[in-house]
Amino acid sequence: MAELQAGTPGKQEKSPSGVMILWRELARDRIALISFIFLLLVTIFVYGISLFLDQDEIVSVDLFEIHQPPSEEFWLGTDYGGRDVFGQLIIGTRNSLSIGILVTLMTGIIGVLYGLISGYFGGTVDNIMMRVVDFFLILPFLMIVIVFVAIVPKYDIFSFSLIMTSFLWMGIARLVRSKALQERELDYAQASKSLGTPERKIMFSQVLPNLSSLIIVTMTLNLAANIGLESGLSFLGFGFPESTPSLGTLLGYARNPQTLEYRWWIWVPAAVLIFVLMLSVRNVGEALKRASDSRQRRG
Amino acid sequence: MPQVLLLSVLVFLMAQMMPGDALSGQIDPNIDPAAIEAQREKLGLNNPWYVQYVDWVGSALHGDLGQSFRHKMPVTDLIGQRLANTFWLAVATLILTYLIAIPLGITSGRYNDTLRDQLITGYTYIGFATPLFIFALVSLWVFGFKLEWFPTGGSVAPGLEPGTFPYIVSKLQHLLLPALSMALITTVNTVQYLRSEIIDTKQKDFIITARAKGAPESRVYNRHILRNSLLPLAAFLGFEITGLIGGTIFVETIYSYPGMGLLFMDSIALRDYSVVTSVVLLLGVVSILGVLLSDIILSIVDPRIRIK
Repeated sequence: MAELQAGTPGKQEKSPSGVMILWRELARDRIALISFIFLLLVTIFVYGISLFLDQDEIVSVDLFEIHQPPSEEFWLGTDYGGRDVFGQLIIGTRNSLSIGILVTLMTGIIGVLYGLISGYFGGTVDNIMMRVVDFFLILPFLMIVIVFVAIVPKYDIFSFSLIMTSFLWMGIARLVRSKALQERELDYAQASKSLGTPERKIMFSQVLPNLSSLIIVTMTLNLAANIGLESGLSFLGFGFPESTPSLGTLLGYARNPQTLEYRWWIWVPAAVLIFVLMLSVRNVGEALKRASDSRQRRG
Repeated sequence: MPQVLLLSVLVFLMAQMMPGDALSGQIDPNIDPAAIEAQREKLGLNNPWYVQYVDWVGSALHGDLGQSFRHKMPVTDLIGQRLANTFWLAVATLILTYLIAIPLGITSGRYNDTLRDQLITGYTYIGFATPLFIFALVSLWVFGFKLEWFPTGGSVAPGLEPGTFPYIVSKLQHLLLPALSMALITTVNTVQYLRSEIIDTKQKDFIITARAKGAPESRVYNRHILRNSLLPLAAFLGFEITGLIGGTIFVETIYSYPGMGLLFMDSIALRDYSVVTSVVLLLGVVSILGVLLSDIILSIVDPRIRIK
């Protein structure tokens, strides 16, 4: 009934909003809080530093400095093009985070809209829309994305995230759909319907807010997965071009056995960073997940 | 199967978007353009796309996937060698996955919230956050290069007679590290699933009944709980296959293990598009079959679900 009361103008004592509960749980879980602060610091750091770093300068080839071990000038040595690994690490982290967030947001928007429409209307609409999802789900994701990256004529960061998005929106769509299917049967939605509220309004201003914590949780966990996917694709050479390095690009240099065996400074920092980033995002996500399920809440 | 049909249309469209056609790389620049045009007409390359699509599906069904213009041999022959390697890699990975998952899952579920369980849960937690390719890379570095326990590439040592005992041993040696590194990461799903399944089942009425009848603890676990918790795992087998396909691309690239994943990556790099489309089509069909297999197993082990 909280939903009905919250809507009335005469402000009664509200139960805490979904976002507040998420935040409270996050603050209580020490590991998740540390992860969150760590992520925040890393984000501020890489975006801040990269304002002062010139990407073109870092990725420009310097043949006299090829494969230098770590030194005072190059904190983490140089790669096969004589490029500073430390600078690439900073820019790579920024690019990996940016694309991760971008893809997560785009898949989130498409998935939520799709799932909401499918679940809210149900019946035949739902049936058809879900068959489409089923089809996308069984595609061999990695291969299809690689093929598209290889054949797209104008290939840049935006088209890359678009390709990733087109094969990644189904998970969240399915989740939102199954929840929307339940929500629409609840009293508040039915009551609103019989009062003659337009469908659009019920969907977006009544059902959607009730799914918000679920969506936030899923998108957080997706962010971790997307960072992993992007670096995986860049690792294989089908993500970012070398002129815009990501963390995966640095790891990709390790496909050369010489680099893998003797020049750890090129790829180990990037590997550690991806691992720590994904672990932190997951920690935050898991804490949020507990918060959204009242039985598992700690506080 | 409408899904296979859709997949074939998608792959066909991809093939159309790719530069070059069946004649690329085979044309001698000195040949008269009119002769090339005649040849194109004869091969049906000037037909409308739907006619080409039907032709393409027709020949694919007959096992003719075209010609690899890099390797100058039919794609089918090329794939044949690689498919066997990937098949063995997948089998080894699946076996290892379950060898790891079942004991860990059972221990973790049976003694939940003890130290043992926390260790196992910690492992799954880290496993979830580790991308497969990083783990594979690190294991290759540590076990392949630093400790030199395992070979660092290929599927068999050169110069061995196929079928002999050393040949098989060498195959296994080359298989073990890639399969193990893939299994250690993919298994965490199964471990976690088994754990929560066992914890759930533990509290069900029929277990309480079994205990009340005085059944010994080992019997409760081995007969009553396991039988119920392991069955759904069988049903995931098909989905595991689908997941493995993505994994093989990374693992085969990292260990330069000559299977389908490596063939795919090489062909993309060489712009050998007839091979690329064939691999995508083939593995796409395999993953559809995997899902189908899961549905079938599920309907056998769980009588509540029946395919109508």
